[in-house]
Amino acid sequence: MPGVELARRVAEGVPDPELPVLTLADLGVLRDVRVTGHRAVVTVTPTYSGCPALDAIRDDLRARLREAGFPEVEVRTALHPAWTTDWISDAGRRKLAEAGIAPPDRLGPRPAGPVPLRLDPPARTVRCPRCGSPDTVELSHFGATACRALRRCTACAEPFEHVKEI
Amino acid sequence: MAFDNAYESLTEEHGEETRWAYGTGFADTMAGVAHALPAGADPADLFAYCLMLGDDALVLAQRLAEWCSRAPELEEDVALANIGLDLLGQARPLYTRAGEVYPAGRPAGVPRHVPDEDALAYFRDEHAFRNVRLVEIDCGPGPGGDFAATIARLLVFSSWRLALLSRLTSSTDPVLAAVAAKGVKELAYHRDHAAQWTLRLGDGTEESHRRMVAGLATVWPLLDELFIAHPVELRLAETGVAADPSALESEVDEVLDQVLARAGLDRPEVRPLAPVGGRAGRDGVHTEAMGYLLAEMQYLARSQPEAVW
Repeated sequence: MPGVELARRVAEGVPDPELPVLTLADLGVLRDVRVTGHRAVVTVTPTYSGCPALDAIRDDLRARLREAGFPEVEVRTALHPAWTTDWISDAGRRKLAEAGIAPPDRLGPRPAGPVPLRLDPPARTVRCPRCGSPDTVELSHFGATACRALRRCTACAEPFEHVKEI
Repeated sequence: MAFDNAYESLTEEHGEETRWAYGTGFADTMAGVAHALPAGADPADLFAYCLMLGDDALVLAQRLAEWCSRAPELEEDVALANIGLDLLGQARPLYTRAGEVYPAGRPAGVPRHVPDEDALAYFRDEHAFRNVRLVEIDCGPGPGGDFAATIARLLVFSSWRLALLSRLTSSTDPVLAAVAAKGVKELAYHRDHAAQWTLRLGDGTEESHRRMVAGLATVWPLLDELFIAHPVELRLAETGVAADPSALESEVDEVLDQVLARAGLDRPEVRPLAPVGGRAGRDGVHTEAMGYLLAEMQYLARSQPEAVW
């Protein structure tokens, strides 16, 4: 009978549908894997509330786990605690940079209470993943998916994506 | 799995399972969050409160989606769609929670395979929607609105909802607290986006300034309603479930004043849009725009309610 180690390994290795260079483990969205008999229960967390990739992730998890010998697969969604880009692993950050996507900074714990308005946010240094130059500008805060911003490198003139901190 | 074709991802891997055509096909089960009813909270009140918070988000998501392909620049199409998607994502677990705590609130006659969240979104009539009127009015892209008015609304709405959800992170309802904690991070980005556009338009050309002034004047009459506490909100605030919206006013005002001052804009001097017989959006009394909005949003699901993938 396949065990929880196998189920975990399979679930961890499922690629993220929107950032396929990352696995679910790299992205930090896999919360829990349990196995009872032939039944695997996997808990994942959405990156953003409305992230449409969650549905695809759920289907992929079911398909991969069935192939691995778990006829019954349940995928649960956990909204709490809320996902943060801090949960992207070091390996994940390296893979993002290699794929030409600037990884997010680590934000650390955030204070409770009202969120202060910052009309002049401090200048961010996001290095160009192609040439390494720190001279990059943000083109749009909202990119092709909820988690990415669009930037351009003023040194090599190439546009690139940045996984923005949340 | 293939992602080149959206229909493949919808139809494969579901076996004999049928999926209602207009929903996502999965319920957000909110694993790891306790589902008990908070002590002292009336289930019908909690149902109504979840609808208030969910309807604000759903209706504005619908309005923002209308801009897709019609915004002034391509990046803005993407930005407004992203913001709408975040709000839609906030609405979903709120509707699921509403259906869970008070099943009697589910609209009658909706096919069984339709999840609660979709039943509440697609099969309620106008008077059962409890959103504030700010989110429903036409701020464009149709002839009645303008991009600047959409930005003005987004600035007001996101500043208000951010203040509201910040307080709800400590709600005694575990689902509301989880939705709020997630939403706060998203709304901070929405407010930044609206604030930056307000600066750019207000402090831009003569034409952009004029239009931003007009945009603010369009939405400002709906501002007062955001801070009027409904009896449901007051009762639930006593049990620590809800936040009293009247307590948010000074915080929101301070944010708005900061943005307007920097953008070289004045607070519009306009009369608030009065409630009708003491009733407004939270009571299901809406403006003329609401019926048209719902007609477009609900038409297909209502005309083919049995459709499945």
